[in-house]
Amino acid sequence: MDTQTLESPLVGRGARDGGRLFREWFDRLNATAASGDKAAYVFVMGSLSELITTFDIPTVFPEINALQTAVRRVSDDYINLAEDHGFSPDVCGYVKADYALQLKGGEHPMGTIPKPSIAVLTNACNTYLKWAEIWERMYDTPTYTIDIPGTRGLPDGKPEPPEDFERDWRYVENQIRELIPALEEVSGKAFDIDRLREVLAATNDMGRSWRRLLELNQSTPAVFDAMTDGTIFLGVANALRGTQEGADYFRDLVEEMEYKAANGIGSILNGEEKYRLAFVGVPCYPIFKRFYHLFADWGGAFVTSTYTWFASGGFYLDFEYDLERPIESLAEGLLLGVRGAMDAMLFHDKMLIDAIDRFDLDGVVYHPVKSCRTVSTGLADSRRMVLENRDVLCLFLESDMMDKRVVSEAQMKNRIDAFFEGLDSRKRRLAGVGDVAAGSGRNASGE
Amino acid sequence: MSQPAIDRTSGAIPMRLLELPEKPGLDEAIEYCRELVEDADFRTVRRWREAGGKVLGHFQVYFPEELAHAAGWLPVKVRGAPIDRREADSKFGSYLCSILKSSMELALTGTLKVDMFVTHPICDAARNLAGIWGRNLPEPARILYLPQNPNSAFSGEYLTEEYRRVQREIEEIGGVKVTDEMLAASIDLFDENRRLLRELYDIKRQTPWLLAIDEAYVLVSVGGMITREEHNELLRHLLPLIHERDLHKQDKIRIVFEGGFCEQPPLDLLRAISHFCYVVDDDLLIGLRWILEDVGHEAPPLEALADAYLNKSSYSPVQHDLRKPKEHMLLERVRGAQAEAVIISAAKMCEPGLDEQVAYSQGLDAEGIPYFLTEFEERMTSFDHLQIQLETFVENLLFA
Repeated sequence: MDTQTLESPLVGRGARDGGRLFREWFDRLNATAASGDKAAYVFVMGSLSELITTFDIPTVFPEINALQTAVRRVSDDYINLAEDHGFSPDVCGYVKADYALQLKGGEHPMGTIPKPSIAVLTNACNTYLKWAEIWERMYDTPTYTIDIPGTRGLPDGKPEPPEDFERDWRYVENQIRELIPALEEVSGKAFDIDRLREVLAATNDMGRSWRRLLELNQSTPAVFDAMTDGTIFLGVANALRGTQEGADYFRDLVEEMEYKAANGIGSILNGEEKYRLAFVGVPCYPIFKRFYHLFADWGGAFVTSTYTWFASGGFYLDFEYDLERPIESLAEGLLLGVRGAMDAMLFHDKMLIDAIDRFDLDGVVYHPVKSCRTVSTGLADSRRMVLENRDVLCLFLESDMMDKRVVSEAQMKNRIDAFFEGLDSRKRRLAGVGDVAAGSGRNASGE
Repeated sequence: MSQPAIDRTSGAIPMRLLELPEKPGLDEAIEYCRELVEDADFRTVRRWREAGGKVLGHFQVYFPEELAHAAGWLPVKVRGAPIDRREADSKFGSYLCSILKSSMELALTGTLKVDMFVTHPICDAARNLAGIWGRNLPEPARILYLPQNPNSAFSGEYLTEEYRRVQREIEEIGGVKVTDEMLAASIDLFDENRRLLRELYDIKRQTPWLLAIDEAYVLVSVGGMITREEHNELLRHLLPLIHERDLHKQDKIRIVFEGGFCEQPPLDLLRAISHFCYVVDDDLLIGLRWILEDVGHEAPPLEALADAYLNKSSYSPVQHDLRKPKEHMLLERVRGAQAEAVIISAAKMCEPGLDEQVAYSQGLDAEGIPYFLTEFEERMTSFDHLQIQLETFVENLLFA
C-alpha cells in the first residue's frame, strides 16, 4: 500500500471520533450531576437504553465508569476504599469501584457521575442484582429488574418450541409495560410511542453497521483489533445506543473499515499481522495498552472477541426492531439480546468453533478474570471443547479486569511469549519448514 | 406414557433407604444421619437407582421437588461434598467456590448418578454449571430460571409455565404422565415435611439446649437424599424424643448463623460453634425450608407451587425481591429467634454471600446487634483459629 493510502483521513477516524464522542458523553453526565437532574443507572447487557432515551433521561453505565478507573490507573484507590467498608477482595471489582465512587460523591477521572434516580437492570449477570441493591440501600433508588429467561441448557440443535419462546417474550413485554409508568414518573413525561419508533430506528441502523463491522474483520489483515478497538466501539455502541449520533458514527466507521479492507490496512500499529486470534472474556484494563502490545508485538491480532458479542446489546445477532409494533419488538429484541449475551458467555464453545472457521484463526486466548465469574467460570471447559474440535492453539491467562493485585505482568508475558513460540513452531511445521527451532521475527514495539 | 413404577400417591414409604431400625433411639438416629451426611458416598441414592428408580439431581438453593416426586423419582439435593477433587478442577478456572467443583466431581466420578440435572442461575458461577455438566455428562442438564423479578404481576404466571416445562421434561425422560392428583398428593407429603422441619426449628428457637446445631443439621440434611415419606416417618418418630431429652440449659449465647444457603459448612465447624453458642436459627439448607406455609390446594398444583415460591417463602442472598431487603429479613430472623448475636458467614469465593456480608453487617451495626464475621470452605479441617476467635467474641458478650 502507498503512503497516500495510509495517510487517508479515513484511517483512524473511528478511534478519534469514538474518543471524542465518549468524552462528550461524559461531559453530559457531568452537566447532569452539576444540575442535579435525573439519571438512570443501567447495565451493558440489557440496558433498555431505547426506552429510557424516549423519556430523555440520561443513562449511566456503572460498568463503563468502573472500567474507566482501571484504564486510567486509579481503580486501586476505589477498590481499596470499598474494601475498607467491608467488601471482600474476592468480589467483582466493578461493584467495588462503583461503591467507592458513590462514597466519593460521584468523583471519577472523567468528571462527576450523577446519582441514580432510577435503576433498570436485567438478570444477564447476577451481580447486577446485588449491585442495584446497593443503590436501593444508599439512596432508596427505585430499581426495576427485567427478568429474562435464558437458554435452558446446552443447545442441542433442536429448535425451541415456538410456544415456549412466545411465552418468554410475553413475560418480558409485560415487564416492560410495568416499567413504563415508573419512567413516566421519574421523568415527568408521558410515554411517546412515536419517539420510541425513532429511537428504535436509530438502533436498527447501528446494529446493521455493527454486524458489517464484525464481518469486515474476516479480511486479511483484520481491519481492527477486536479487543482494544472493539472496546472503544462497544463503549460508543452502549453509550449512544438509539441515537442518531451513534448511528452516524457507526456508518462512518464501516466506511473507514471498508476502506482499510480494500487497501489491505491491518490493525497492528507499525507491524504486520502474523497470527489471527480470538479473545475470549473481558480485557485486562489495568494494563490495557500493554496487554495489547504483548500480543501485537508478536504479530498477534485479535480478529474477533466474545466481548463484541455479549457486551454489544444483541447487535451481533441478526435482529431488527419492527417499528410497526415497537413495544412488542423491543421486548423481543431484549429477550434475544440478553439471551444471546448469556449464550455467548455460558455456551460459546460452538460459536467459537464457528468463528475459528469463519475468521481463519490460529489461536484462541482465554482471559478469565477474578472479578467476573459469569464470563470466566466455564472457560476452562470451553477451551477443552474447542481443542477437541479444531487444530488451534489456546492460551489460558487468568488475571483481572480491575484489580492490579491479580495482574502479574511478568508471568503473563512469559506465557504469552511461549504461546507465540508455539504458534510459530506450528506454522512452520504446517508449512513444511524443517528447522522449527529457528527464531521467529517479532514486530517492533509500538509503545 | 405409563403409570409410575413407584406409586407415590399413597404416602407409604416406597423403599427404605435408611439402614435404621423402625423405631431408632434418638442418639442412634442422629449418629447414623451424621455418618450418612458426612460420607459423601450417596449410598441411599445408589440403592434407589439399583432398584430401578429415577433420580433428579438439583443444585442449590431451591427446587420444587414435588415435580420429581409426583413422577415417582427421587429428588436429590446436589450440595457438594467435602471430597478430594481429581477430575473436576480441570473443568473450572480459579477463584471459584468449592461446591461447584465438588458437585461436578461427584457426577464425573459416578459417585452421584442422576437421570436429569437441574441447576439455577443463583450466582454468576453456578449459572455456568449446566453448560459444563452438559458438555461432560450424557444426562440432560437444564437451567430452571426462577424469577428474579418476583415483584412483577406476571412472575407467578411465568413460573407456573416454567414448572410445567420442567414437569414435561421429567415426564418425557421417565415416560410417566403426571396428573394434578399425583402432584397434589406430593404437595401434601412435602407440606407435612415442611411442617415437621418447622417443628424442629421451633425446638431450636425455644429450647436450643435440646438440639445442637450439628444435630439439627444432619436431621434436616438427610431429607435431601432419601424419600420424603421416609424422612417424614423419621422426623415424626424423633421429634417427641427430642422434647423428652434430659438435657439442661447452659450459659451459652443465642445466635443466628447466616451464610449456609448454598455451600455447606463442615459439620465440625457447626460442632465447634455449638461449644460456645446455641444456634437458634440459621439459613442452612434453606432451600429445603424455603416455603414457610402449606402450599395447600387452593389453586391448581403448579400454580400453587409457583405462588408459594414467590409469596410464602423465606429469603436468601440469591433471590432479589423488593419486599425482602436481606438485612431487614435477617433482623426479623434475629428477633423471631430472640438471638443475641449473629455469625455472618460466607463460603470462600461465594460472591452473593460475600456481598451480603456488607449489607448484613451494616444492618446489624445500625441496630447495635453484635456479629462475628467469618468464611468457610466445605473441605476445611482445622477450626482451632476460628474457635479461639469465636470464644473471644462470646466472652466479650457474656462478660461485657
